[in-house]
Amino acid sequence: MGDLFEKVFLFLLSFFGSRFKILLGLIALATISVVSIAGFRGDHTRNRPLYVFPDMDWQFKLRPQTKAGFHVWQNDMSSRPQVLGTVAQRDGFTDNATWADNAVNTGKEAGQFVAVGPLPTTLDFVRRGQSRYGVYCQPCHGAQGDGNGITKKLGMTTVANLMEQRIIRMADGEIFNTISLGKNTMMGYAAQIPIEDRWAIVAYLRALQLSRLGLEADVPAPVLEKLKK
Amino acid sequence: MPSIFPRWANQFGPKLLVGGGLIGTLATAGVTYYFTPKYTRVGYQPIQPVPFSHRVHSDQLGIDCRYCHNGVEKSWFSNIPAASTCMNCHSLILKDDPRLQPVRDSYQSGTPIPWVQIHKVPDYVYFNHSVHVNRGISCVSCHGQVNEMDEVYHAKPLSMSFCLDCHRKPEDNIRPLDKITQLDWKGQVDGKQLVHDWKVQPGESCSVCHR
Repeated sequence: MGDLFEKVFLFLLSFFGSRFKILLGLIALATISVVSIAGFRGDHTRNRPLYVFPDMDWQFKLRPQTKAGFHVWQNDMSSRPQVLGTVAQRDGFTDNATWADNAVNTGKEAGQFVAVGPLPTTLDFVRRGQSRYGVYCQPCHGAQGDGNGITKKLGMTTVANLMEQRIIRMADGEIFNTISLGKNTMMGYAAQIPIEDRWAIVAYLRALQLSRLGLEADVPAPVLEKLKK
Repeated sequence: MPSIFPRWANQFGPKLLVGGGLIGTLATAGVTYYFTPKYTRVGYQPIQPVPFSHRVHSDQLGIDCRYCHNGVEKSWFSNIPAASTCMNCHSLILKDDPRLQPVRDSYQSGTPIPWVQIHKVPDYVYFNHSVHVNRGISCVSCHGQVNEMDEVYHAKPLSMSFCLDCHRKPEDNIRPLDKITQLDWKGQVDGKQLVHDWKVQPGESCSVCHR
C-alpha cells in the first residue's frame, strides 16, 4: 500500500512539477494554522459559543431568569417576583381553594394544627412522599429520619431527630407548618416543595416512624409470616 | 482555423482537477468539522460568579438535582435556584466563606446572582424539561455528567440532529423514572419495552419543537 502511494505521488510530481509541492506545502500550512487557532471539538473554552448562522436564535422576547434589558422592573429581571401576600391568578382563578385559609394550605383549622393530614393517604401518595423526602429532607435528616444526614459532617449539628417522641406526638399540621415555614435553624421549604408534596412528605414520615418504632402487633399477620421466614 | 488555446494550456485541466479537488476536500472537511454545534458549543465553560461545584454537591454529598432545580418536573424551564435555596444549608455551613459572599449579598438584597447561562437552545425551539424528565429521559442525556463537573461545561451539542437522534430512537436514552437524577446510573434496561409500555411517541414534525 505504501509503495503504491509513493508511486502515485511520484507520478503526480513528475506530471505537475515542483509547483505541486508548493501547493501541498500551502495546504499543510493552512490546515495547521486553522487547527492551531480553532482547536478541536470539545475543547473547553471561556468564550461564548460561536453562532455560525445566528438567524433568530436570539429574539426580542423575555425568557425566564434572564435580564430584561429594560430597567422597568426591579433589578432588571425578566420576571417579577411575587408580591408578598398575593397569589398568582392562574393558580385556580375560579377556585378560592388555592389561597383559602384552610387546613390544606396552612395545616391549621380554626387556629389549631390538624392532627391528621387533610389529603387522602394512598400508597401512591406515600411513595410520592418517599421520593420527595429523598430529595429535600434526606440531606439533613438522613434516610432514616434520625437527623444524621450528610450535612451533619459539615457543621449542621442542630438537625432534629424525626424519631423523637416530641415529633411523633406532633400534629400532622404542625409538621406541615414546619416544612413550609421552617423552625429554628431550618428554613422554610414552601418555595421549593408544592403543598401536596409537603403533605405527602408528612405521610411518608409517619410511615417511616412506624417502620422504626412500630410494634410487632402493628404488622399485618400475613406480612409478619413472610418477615419471620 | 488556429486553435484558441496554445498547446501548453492542456495541462490546466488535470491540474485544476487535482489541485481544486484537494482544496475542495479540505474546505469541506473543515466546514463539516467546525461549522457545527459539536465544535461551536461543546466545551463552553464560562466563569461563574460563584465557584459552585456540582461534583461536590451532587456526587460527594448525594444531593438530588431537584433539591435546587425543583421546577424541572413541572415546568418547561429548569430553574436556577434562588439564593434562599443555597442559604438553606449555607446559613450554617461555610457561613463566612468569602467564595459565598455573592450568595449572601443576593439573599440580603434580593438582587439575583448573575449566573452565566451555558445551555441554551435557540429562541425558536420550545424545549420542555418536564415532559422529558417525566417520561424517562435523564438530565445526563442532554447535560452530560454534571455530577462529575467542578465547573459545568457544555457537554453535548444540543443541535437539531442531536434532538432528532433521540426522538427517532428514544429507547437508547429512556430509563426508569426513579433513576432520572442518578447521573451515574449504569443499569441495564429494556428501552424498547419502556417506550412501548409508557406509549412514548416522540414527535418528529416541525411543530413538536418549533412554533
